[in-house]
Amino acid sequence: MQKMTNFFRRCALFGANVGKIVFLCLISLPVIASYDVNIPQPASPIAVQIYDLHMYILWVCATIFVVVFGFMFYSIFKFRHSKGAKPDVNFHESTLIEIIWTIIPFIILIAMAVPATKTILDMKDTSSPDMTIKVTGFQWGWRYDYSAEHFGFYSNLTTPWNQIGQPGTGPTEKQGSDYLLEVDNPLVVPVGKRVRLLITSNDVIHGWYVPQLGINQYGIPGFIKDVWFKADKVGTFKGQCSQICGKLHGYMPITVIVKTDAEYADWVEKSKAIWSTKSPSATPVAAAPAEDDNKTFTMAEAKEKGEKVYSANCAACHQATGKGMPPAFPSLAGSKVVLGASDQQIGVLLNGRPGTAMQSFARLSNSEVAAVITYTKNSFGNSVGKVIQPADIKAARK
Amino acid sequence: MATTTAHDHAHDHSHDHSHDHAPGGLLRYLTTTNHKDIGTMYLCFAFAMFFIGGAMALGIRAELFQPGLQYMQPEFFNSLTTVHALVMIFGAVMPAFVGFANWLIPMQIGAADMAFPRMNNWSFWIMIPAAILLLSTFFVPGGAAASGWTLYPPLVIQGGIGVDMSILALHLLGASSIMGSINIITTLLNLRAPGMTLMKMPLFCWTWLITAYLLIATMPVLAGAITMLLTDRHFGTSFFNAAGGGDPTMFMHIFWFFGHPEVYILILPAFGIVSSIIPAFARKPLFGYASMVYATGSIAILSFIVWGHHMFTVGMPAAGQLFFMYATMLIAVPTGVKIFNWIATMWRGSLTFETPMLFCIGFLCMFTLGGFSGLVLSIVAVDITLHNTYYVVAHFHYVLFPGAIWGLTAAVYFYLPKFTGKMYNETLGKWHFWISAIAFNVTFFPQHFLGLAGMPRRIPDYALQYAEWNAISTIGAFALGFSQLIFLYNVVTTIRSGEKAKDKQWDGADSLEWTHLPSPVPYHTFETPPVLK
Repeated sequence: MQKMTNFFRRCALFGANVGKIVFLCLISLPVIASYDVNIPQPASPIAVQIYDLHMYILWVCATIFVVVFGFMFYSIFKFRHSKGAKPDVNFHESTLIEIIWTIIPFIILIAMAVPATKTILDMKDTSSPDMTIKVTGFQWGWRYDYSAEHFGFYSNLTTPWNQIGQPGTGPTEKQGSDYLLEVDNPLVVPVGKRVRLLITSNDVIHGWYVPQLGINQYGIPGFIKDVWFKADKVGTFKGQCSQICGKLHGYMPITVIVKTDAEYADWVEKSKAIWSTKSPSATPVAAAPAEDDNKTFTMAEAKEKGEKVYSANCAACHQATGKGMPPAFPSLAGSKVVLGASDQQIGVLLNGRPGTAMQSFARLSNSEVAAVITYTKNSFGNSVGKVIQPADIKAARK
Repeated sequence: MATTTAHDHAHDHSHDHSHDHAPGGLLRYLTTTNHKDIGTMYLCFAFAMFFIGGAMALGIRAELFQPGLQYMQPEFFNSLTTVHALVMIFGAVMPAFVGFANWLIPMQIGAADMAFPRMNNWSFWIMIPAAILLLSTFFVPGGAAASGWTLYPPLVIQGGIGVDMSILALHLLGASSIMGSINIITTLLNLRAPGMTLMKMPLFCWTWLITAYLLIATMPVLAGAITMLLTDRHFGTSFFNAAGGGDPTMFMHIFWFFGHPEVYILILPAFGIVSSIIPAFARKPLFGYASMVYATGSIAILSFIVWGHHMFTVGMPAAGQLFFMYATMLIAVPTGVKIFNWIATMWRGSLTFETPMLFCIGFLCMFTLGGFSGLVLSIVAVDITLHNTYYVVAHFHYVLFPGAIWGLTAAVYFYLPKFTGKMYNETLGKWHFWISAIAFNVTFFPQHFLGLAGMPRRIPDYALQYAEWNAISTIGAFALGFSQLIFLYNVVTTIRSGEKAKDKQWDGADSLEWTHLPSPVPYHTFETPPVLK
């Protein structure tokens, strides 16, 4: 099997290189190393099987294509009217030939189906995992809960909006090498362990897709589906949401970091301290990190912190100018809710507006919610003058 | 049977007389019951929608030319991908095939007109409000549907009034398709000239007969699914909402039970067209006529039991995945039979390569490539890594553009001399083919690489390792889009000032419209059924 694998790898490499060169010559562009043409290096046993299966089927198909169209191009050159070819009008039926070319494809298909079946059975066997992590998709990010260890956290895109840009002007900052694939808190797992993921969603359907681990699974609201992987090696593996989930579907990446057992144990200890969900009242999704709830903001402090929170969480829809994109994403400048009593605005942030793209931001800390509300009430031409304090949010959560 | 034919004939005849004094101008087309007029309207409508849908595709490719957001908001990008698909499927390809069915079926079976001429008129005119509804969603608050053409809940529940308008448009288009199908089936089964047995019909009639059954079986399923969406959106039902006891996965099952046969609705009539054109330019009869008919039937039947292959990532049990994988792989057998038959038709023929034949050869190569990538996707484990990536986008464009669109393009060039009595410009036609063929592959071949490397579909922006192929793909897309203007120019100038065409323009063409009718075909044909050998 190992030999076969190596063989297919080399074939893949060769095929990829030939493909690259032929294509690049055709379009006469300079050779650039980043022209990826194949499935990325697999990092789990299932991903290895997927890779080999794909190469196997690719080569079978390529061979059939060459043979079949060899006949066609031979006909095109040989049986030309301009060369005086006379049509053989009696050659329009042959039961024998027709039976042969029905049976041969059938046999080839069986030869493909056998290894394919084996991989499916391995892939679907989620029994006896070493650990289980719950993955929850939401518009537009991920939450990971290590239920046995009693902690969980959110994972959001960290690429600044200046690199993504605005329609009309485009990006105003150079895009980094991890553009759109960088997150604040990656999923961390130990190497060589069977990890079972329970995948679901809070709002619409999302797809948890990390090709190098061989996983692509919809998170469906109201249902939990399970998949498994075992990372073969230490490293960082990237993926993205694979199912269209609204405006920022392209902006919810996935990062998985595979660590050695010792490093993983360290990370778990640290994480428990930051993201504990052990308090019995806290439900995993509504839990917010307890970050300086007792702080009293001045206007300047609140606006400074609020601006950061705003650009990370709000600006994508309501825009950096606060003008939004009505009617889907209302303007905050001069908005009745923003200018009105703070209770109502706090309620909208904590609960969202069901049936619209306005999600709940209960996952933010009390000080973050307070700061961003203060920021919106005193920016974009709004000047309410009031500073909202973390204690107000804490009170509203009860 | 004989009396029925005589009766129908008499009926059509009296009808024809009213046409001789029919109104001119727009009113003529509003009230027409003539299958050729209606066919022309369908074709013009489809041609217009083809360019509208194509413009949307260029919008998509422009945004994807470089990483970052340059031209549009992500929400608008999502609307473009959604409406591009709906316009191309329901506005361009399906009406174009119905247009050819209207023109050709009565002539090919020796009938005077379609069985239900007034319903024929309705099934065309119902599409106009539908198209207006669908396209105007871009201008209503909340914008057009932005959930992808598959309209999966719960995402589609979040959309604005544009979603409701799209649902209504789909209802109307579905009704139009069902009426068209009933008309085609009735015509084919009842109005054939004496001696025109089922197994003597040109293959285009056969593929349309089977397609029409697929339409009648699946359009009501789509209607049911989108009606449930509508009640979930507005009337408090929970068909697809887990909180109320429903299941979003159920929508996918229902949708794809329609969606997969729909794929064959888009391609089977093209198979029929290619089966007419290749023999005409090989100057010998179609190889394996009977096996072509059986293969088409098998494909249609199999198409009802493979829908789960669009859903391998929802988390269905291993048994479900295995069933749908085996069933899907099986489709390769009858499809292979068809490809082999076409190549065997060329074998020992006497080939010439006018524009329709070039498009058919392009169809054979590229459609087969798309078939192979379909086979790759049918393997569940491989689909896991390719599902919802650009590989899928490349796959279905390989089967739909060189499949459905080139099939139709070949038919336009093949039949323009017959319909208009004028010959198109062969040089321009060849330019159109070669630029399309190269540009198509520059656009879509790199998308296989993007998908393999893991780039998801329906995203307005992407990571930097995908930048080069996307740039190339966009360049190809613009070349492909603008090369269709050559097509438009060629068609328009042919109609206005083409040279006179022969009655039998193509040596090997042997169906009734070529052997029994002049070019251009008169307004009324086969008022008395033709005498067949």
